[in-house]
Amino acid sequence: MFAQKQAQAAHADWREFVIEALIRVLGFSTIGFVLLIFLFLLREGVPSFYKVPVSNLFGTRWYPNFDLFGTLPLLLGSVLVTVTAILIALPLGAATAVFVREVAPNWAREILKPMIEVLAGIPSVVLGFFGMHAVAPLIRGTLGIPTGLTVFTGALILAYMALPTIISVAEDALDAVPKSLRDAGLAMGATQWQTIWKVVVPAARSGITTAVMLGMGRAIGETMAVMMVTGNAARMPLSLDSLFRPARTMTATIAAEMGEVAQGSIHYHTLFGIGIILFLLTFLINLAAAATIFKKRRRGGLR
Amino acid sequence: MVEAKIHIDKVSYAYGENWVLNDVTLDIAPNSVTVFFGPAGGGKTTLLRLINRLNDLVEGTQMKGRILVDGQDIYNSEIHIPTLRRRVGMVFALPLPLPGTVRENVLYGLKLAGVKDRSRLDEILEQSLTQSALWDEVKDRLDHLAVALSGGQQQRLCIARSLALEPDILLLDEPTSGLDPISTRKVEDSLFTLKEHYTVIIVPHSIQQAARIADKAAFFLMGNLVEYAAGTELFTRPRKKKTEEYVTGRFG
Ligand SMILES: Nc1ncnc2c1ncn2[C@@H]1O[C@H](COP(=O)(O)OP(=O)(O)O)[C@@H](O)[C@H]1O
Ligand SMILES: [Mg+2]
Repeated sequence: MFAQKQAQAAHADWREFVIEALIRVLGFSTIGFVLLIFLFLLREGVPSFYKVPVSNLFGTRWYPNFDLFGTLPLLLGSVLVTVTAILIALPLGAATAVFVREVAPNWAREILKPMIEVLAGIPSVVLGFFGMHAVAPLIRGTLGIPTGLTVFTGALILAYMALPTIISVAEDALDAVPKSLRDAGLAMGATQWQTIWKVVVPAARSGITTAVMLGMGRAIGETMAVMMVTGNAARMPLSLDSLFRPARTMTATIAAEMGEVAQGSIHYHTLFGIGIILFLLTFLINLAAAATIFKKRRRGGLR
Repeated sequence: MVEAKIHIDKVSYAYGENWVLNDVTLDIAPNSVTVFFGPAGGGKTTLLRLINRLNDLVEGTQMKGRILVDGQDIYNSEIHIPTLRRRVGMVFALPLPLPGTVRENVLYGLKLAGVKDRSRLDEILEQSLTQSALWDEVKDRLDHLAVALSGGQQQRLCIARSLALEPDILLLDEPTSGLDPISTRKVEDSLFTLKEHYTVIIVPHSIQQAARIADKAAFFLMGNLVEYAAGTELFTRPRKKKTEEYVTGRFG
């Protein structure tokens, strides 16, 4: 009797062991792949940092054909497009999340939520196409500028792409605010709006910050749509009207030039170098997002 | 008899088609502590929430009957709901401080109501924290985050938050359910002083507590008001069999 139970237990232990080992292998291999990609990126990109003089690499002119590899205009291009996109997407996304979660009646919420998820699934090339042929002519026409392919156009399209992420994460954050906190606000004579803006949103603030940063992470890495609508002129976006002039982003540069570049050339390495900068940037943003989540957890959250 | 502060008149209430209150009628006297008690799901919370219209935002509900406060039908379309809710304060089972400091929590409702006078705000701050028996413990920490207080302190803070609005009526839904016996005692003690100025309705978290604090007690069972009488009577000589069984712990 005892021996039989022992045997059964051993059998169970053995199965346990196999399953655990399998999960471990799968888990580690995913991490392994990420590491491999990162190592590849480093191997191909790092040479640019010592082969190209620093003054050239962080110069203001990007003309690879003349050995000018100034990445500054590309970096600023990405930052400008992304920041503008966030400035557009933040109020829209937060307001939409508040509407969907707090204001819309149940039936409207049931329709809106899946619709927002569908938005997230629109391929970026389709949005780029829409931007090129619908948004850009509109901007050119209304502002009377030579081309509608501008930073602002790119930012609009990007904002649109970041919106679903921002909305759904912000909505989750609002959802996590306990119902009794809303009741408490109302019970003190706050109107529904006062309760939303002065109780619910402040309680969900760190979640909403996370939402924006995740949206930003998505926007800065986006390539296709941006390449199609920002005009791709590698110029320093420093003047006030830069918003309504073409610019070029890091991602668009890599995508456009990688196909034609001679493997192993300085130009090739520099494109990977841009990849490293981009990676670091996205990494920092995600880190900041994670840090806010972590901080919230440690403080016991607002429950 | 004094005129009723709250007159609940043949109230029935349903979530969807699920009727959770059936034809409930009772009068609540001013400056007294009335206890609503009975097993979970009896409709006590729902009835409390109806008295300050907190259920207005719940979708798909049906209501019959009237609720009068000071002779005025609060479901009349001319009622200004935020004003009603300032007159009828409510404290919930789980103490939930609002984001912000102790001071901000207490003065939150007044700020919304547009009170700006600093000395008046300070005065009310001290007064309501004193009434809720919390002042001595927090007077040096008024600008600390409210979430840093202990559970018992948070609950008394929530009471102070309601008192700051100087309501006539205070509804408390199991305010001590999450508290240790000492904090519970403090909250109960503060209730005794409160009833001089307020009409208090409380859902207690135990029969012992109900018996300790009730001027009048109402026993709810499955949405029906089974018995309503003075506390001294209802807990010692209940008239209905169901009440007796529940009070003596034979079911529930
Ligand atoms: N928001 C709601 N939606 C649907 N049903 C509810 C809601 N709130 C309470 N109920 C139901 O109403 C009944 C009475 O609940 P409640 O008023 O909380 O009773 P009690 O406070 O006496 O426990 C329960 O059956 C509960 O499931
Ligand atoms: Mg209840």
